Amino acid sequence: MADVKYSKKHEWVLVEGDIGTVGITKYATEQLGDIVFAEIPDLGKNITSGSEAAVVESVKAASDVYTPVSGEVTEGNAAIVTDPSLINKDPEGQGWFFKVKLSNPSELSLLMNKADYDKYVEENPS
Amino acid sequence: MNQEILKTSLYDFHQACGAKLVPFAGYAMPVQYPLGIVGEHNFVRSKAGIFDVSHMGQFSIIGDETVCKQLEQIVPIDLASLKLNQSKYSFLMNKDGGIDDDLIVTKVEEGINIVLNAACKHNDVLQIKSVFTKLAKFILHDELSLIAIQGPMAVSILDNFIHGVSDLKFMNGGSFVFKGQSVYVTRSGYTGEDGFEVSIANEIARNLCETLLTNSNVAMIGLGARDSLRLEAGLCLYGHDLNSKISPVEADLLFGIAKQRRETCDFIGGSVVKDHLSNGIKKKRVGIQPEGKIIAREHTKVFHEGKEVGEITSGGFGPSVETAVAMGYVNFDCSEVGTSLQLEVRGKQYPAKVCLLPFYKKSYAK
Repeated sequence: MADVKYSKKHEWVLVEGDIGTVGITKYATEQLGDIVFAEIPDLGKNITSGSEAAVVESVKAASDVYTPVSGEVTEGNAAIVTDPSLINKDPEGQGWFFKVKLSNPSELSLLMNKADYDKYVEENPS
Repeated sequence: MNQEILKTSLYDFHQACGAKLVPFAGYAMPVQYPLGIVGEHNFVRSKAGIFDVSHMGQFSIIGDETVCKQLEQIVPIDLASLKLNQSKYSFLMNKDGGIDDDLIVTKVEEGINIVLNAACKHNDVLQIKSVFTKLAKFILHDELSLIAIQGPMAVSILDNFIHGVSDLKFMNGGSFVFKGQSVYVTRSGYTGEDGFEVSIANEIARNLCETLLTNSNVAMIGLGARDSLRLEAGLCLYGHDLNSKISPVEADLLFGIAKQRRETCDFIGGSVVKDHLSNGIKKKRVGIQPEGKIIAREHTKVFHEGKEVGEITSGGFGPSVETAVAMGYVNFDCSEVGTSLQLEVRGKQYPAKVCLLPFYKKSYAK
């Protein structure tokens, strides 16, 4: 069964086999407001958990998207580059950012499940 | 220094409307309402939006005919040629030829009304007073709010509640009545749309907003959309696109100086302005159109053929033009429309071009 995990920096990762699909949470999009620009990492790039991997810009400001998992980028979502508003419309679905071939699946244990993330957001409003 | 945050008369109303309030120029101001910045922006372009701009300084100089001549020392317009109730955009000049504030001056029966930027207003008042040698009365109005209503439907909607405002021409004002109380209305604004600014007693400012909001084509609009609207319209934001070290010539805002005074330059800082007019300038404010979707914000470095030639002073996404938009200062030899530029964003260079302003154009009621 697919499993979604969440980071304190408001990214989610959906793990299917050894591939993780990464995006930003609904809560993050609500904080950002209308998203007007997205940049995805280059294919084949090796990224390390906790580091900046993509960029998202709302009308107000630019923000880094940190990858919650390490590995090689296998795919980027070109659809959000063409239509950044997809991230607002469907942040945890069509608005995904990139896919990573996990190099260190044990990192997943450091992330939160949905219930813990919801509680975290409630206790740590930004 | 820990100063207490100031509130406009509409503070409670903004909260009741679900505004997100942020500190701006010392005031708690609404940056957006639940509609969101893009939604609010588009609302103003298609319908009518209300802006609380009460943080701005509403300043009156009351006195005899000498008021005009004295003010002209520091504000380079021709007040004598200004008709009663006519407004002009101009500047508060400093001795270095820089702009200490940009402002709107309106000639009224009692003297002169000036709308000043919130962050500058107290210093502006000191500067203005300092050039007056003859007696005049100065009032920075704390008892008045300033409510802007902007957008293509503003005229018909406002005229329903403040009869007669539809007769005003752009950059003209007059005294009107709202619910039995006197208000001063100018046909002006800073969004690139037709619209009005209503100077109204604090006690009834909320009533005006609530009355206008009974029409579903009216919404409250925050500072976020105000910024994208004015940027699309090519209008400058003081402290960003203008400052005390930039002259009106460099800012490409010569229309803020009366024609014959561009010859005489008989105002504070006039010698620098004269030098800029006759000997040219090193840098100039231009519109900058990024190619593609890249957003270049304030302080983005601007390059031409590998050499750094300037900086973005305002930049963002323009919801009405659906592209990134920016303005900034570049070396004069790179300021011609069409010049290729590169913008450095997150360490990478992206192509852009010098373009004409505004990005978005609408005709005003003449």
